[in-house]
Amino acid sequence: MTAEAEQLTAHRPPPVAPRVHKGRYSLARTLKYVGLIFFLIVVLIPVYVLLVTSFKGTGDADPSRAWALPQIWTTENWAMAWTTLAPAIGRTLAIVVPSSIISAFLGSLNGFVLSRWSFRGADIVFTLILFGMFIPYQAVMIPLTQLVLNLGIPTGVPTLILLHVVYGIPITTLIFRNYYSTVPHELIEAGRVDGAGMLRTYWSIVLPISIPSFVVVLIWQFTSAWNDFLFAVFFSSSQNGPVTVALNNLANGALLQNYGVSMAGALFASLPTLIVYIILGKYFVGGLMSGSVKG
Amino acid sequence: MLNKLRRVGPPLLMLAPSLILVGVFVYGLIAANFTTSLTDNHTAAQATGQKPAVFVWFTNYLDLLASEDFQHSLMNLVLYTVVFLAGTMVMGFLWAWMLEKPVKGEGIFRSVYLFPMAVSFVASGVVWRWLLNSNQDEQASGLNRLFQIVGLDALQNNWWNNVTFGIVAIAIPAIWQLSGYVMALFLAGFRGIPEELREAARIDGASEWKMYRYVLFPQLSPVALSALIIIGHMSLKAFDLIMSISKPANYQTKVPAVDMYVFKSSFDYANAAAVGSILLIIVAIVIVPYLVRTNREEKR
Repeated sequence: MTAEAEQLTAHRPPPVAPRVHKGRYSLARTLKYVGLIFFLIVVLIPVYVLLVTSFKGTGDADPSRAWALPQIWTTENWAMAWTTLAPAIGRTLAIVVPSSIISAFLGSLNGFVLSRWSFRGADIVFTLILFGMFIPYQAVMIPLTQLVLNLGIPTGVPTLILLHVVYGIPITTLIFRNYYSTVPHELIEAGRVDGAGMLRTYWSIVLPISIPSFVVVLIWQFTSAWNDFLFAVFFSSSQNGPVTVALNNLANGALLQNYGVSMAGALFASLPTLIVYIILGKYFVGGLMSGSVKG
Repeated sequence: MLNKLRRVGPPLLMLAPSLILVGVFVYGLIAANFTTSLTDNHTAAQATGQKPAVFVWFTNYLDLLASEDFQHSLMNLVLYTVVFLAGTMVMGFLWAWMLEKPVKGEGIFRSVYLFPMAVSFVASGVVWRWLLNSNQDEQASGLNRLFQIVGLDALQNNWWNNVTFGIVAIAIPAIWQLSGYVMALFLAGFRGIPEELREAARIDGASEWKMYRYVLFPQLSPVALSALIIIGHMSLKAFDLIMSISKPANYQTKVPAVDMYVFKSSFDYANAAAVGSILLIIVAIVIVPYLVRTNREEKR
C-alpha cells in the first residue's frame, strides 16, 4: 500500500452505508456505453474505408462518392492486388517462419540460463542484451549494410532472416526469462539431483514445459517480422522483398493513384497477422505484456 | 580449475551464440557507425571504398545541428512525440477506465480497440493516406469529406501538408494504432489492484475522486511509466508511417529517421551515420535510466 493510501485509512470516520444514487448510476452507465460505442465506430472507420474502397470500380472515383457504398461491386481490385502481391507474400512467409523459430529457440536458451544461473554480472549481461531491443536500428544501419555485403549474404530473404533472428534475441530472451523465473525451483532441482547437467536439464525438463511461452514468443516474432518495413526497405526491393515493401511500392510507386487496388493489397498484407490476432488473441496480449519489460 | 570449467562451461556455451550475435550486431555496429559518423564519407566513391574517407571529428554533428533542415526534423520529432504520447495515454486510459468494471460485450470492445496493433504501419498508411487527403470543399475526400457530411465543415484542413504542424496529422494514425496497447497495459494495471484496497477506501468514505487520486493512480503509475517508455521510444523511431503516408522527400513531415534514409539513399554515409547516432543518444537518454531502475527493483 502506498503512503497516501495508508494516510487515508489511518483516521477512520465512522462507517457510512454506501450511498446509492440509482438514477445517476444508470445515467453514468448509459453514458459509458455511448462512449464505448462511439470509440468502437471511430476505430472501425478505417476498416470501412478499406473494405468499401477495395470493391469500388472507376465509376466511383468522384470525391463526392468517397464515403458511399460502391455503385457496382467489383472484385477487379482484389484480383489485381493478389497477382501483384502473391509472390511477396510467399517470400514474407519464407522470412518470417524460420526467423521466428530460430529466435524463439535462442531466446529460450538465454532465458533459461539467465533465470537459473546466477553468476556475477548476470544482470548486467541481461540488461545489455535487453538494450538491443530499444535501439533505433538507424544507429547500426550503415555498418550493417557493409557487414552483410562483406559476409556475402544475398539481399532479400536470407539477409532478412538473419536480421530478424539477431534483433529478435532481446525480446525473446526477456519473455522466456520472465517465464522461467515463475517455474518452481524444485522442478529444476529435481533434475539436478538425478545428476543431469545443465544442457540435459534444459532438454528433458525445461523445454517440455515451455510450450505456452513458445506460443507467445512465436506469435510476437511472427507479427513483428511480418509487419517490418525498416529492415525490408534497406535490405530488399519489391522484386525480392517482403509484402510491406511490395505494398508500399504498389501504393506509392504508380503514377496514377489507384486506391482500390492498394486498399485491397493492404487487406491482403494484413490478413495473416489479423487471423493470428483473432484466433490466438489471448497469447497476442500475453506478448504485448511481456514487451513492457516487467512482464 | 577443471571443476570451475564444468560449472561455468555449459551455461556459457548456451549463451555464447546470442552473446556473440548481440555483441557484434548491436554493440560492434554501434561503434562502427559512430566511427563512420566522424569521417567525411559523403560520396558514393567513398561509400564503396574507392576513395578514402578522412576523419573530421564532430564536424558532421555540428553541421547537422546547425542546419535549418535538420532542426525542422528535430522539431517535428518533438511535436510528433508529444502528440503521440498524449493521444495514446489519454485514449488508452479512457478506454481502460470504461472497461475496467464489468461491461456487457467487454471482449468485443477490447478486441476492436486493440486490433489496429496487429496491422503494419505500411498497410494502415495506405488507408490513412486516403483519409488524410488535403483536398477540401468540392474536391474533398477522406476525413475532410466526412466532416462535411456530419456538418463540421470548419474542421476541414490540409492535414500533413501544413509546414509547421503537418507532422501532427501523421500522429493521428499512430494514436489509432497504439491506443489499444496502452489500454491493455492499463487494464492489466487496474486488474492488478487488490479489491481490498478499494474496499478499505470505500469503507473510509472516500469519494470516487479521492479513491482515484489516493488509491488507484499510485497503483497505476508503474504501468503508466512502462507505457510512456514504450510509446516514447517507438515515437522516436517513427519511420514507416511517414514513408507510407507522405513519402520520404516530403519536407513537412520529415523526422531524423527519414533523413537517415535519404542520406543513405544518396550515399552520404557519414551524415546517415551521424543521424543514426543522434537518434541513439536520444533513445538512450530515455531508456537507460529505465532499464537500470527496473534492474534495481528486481533485485529488491
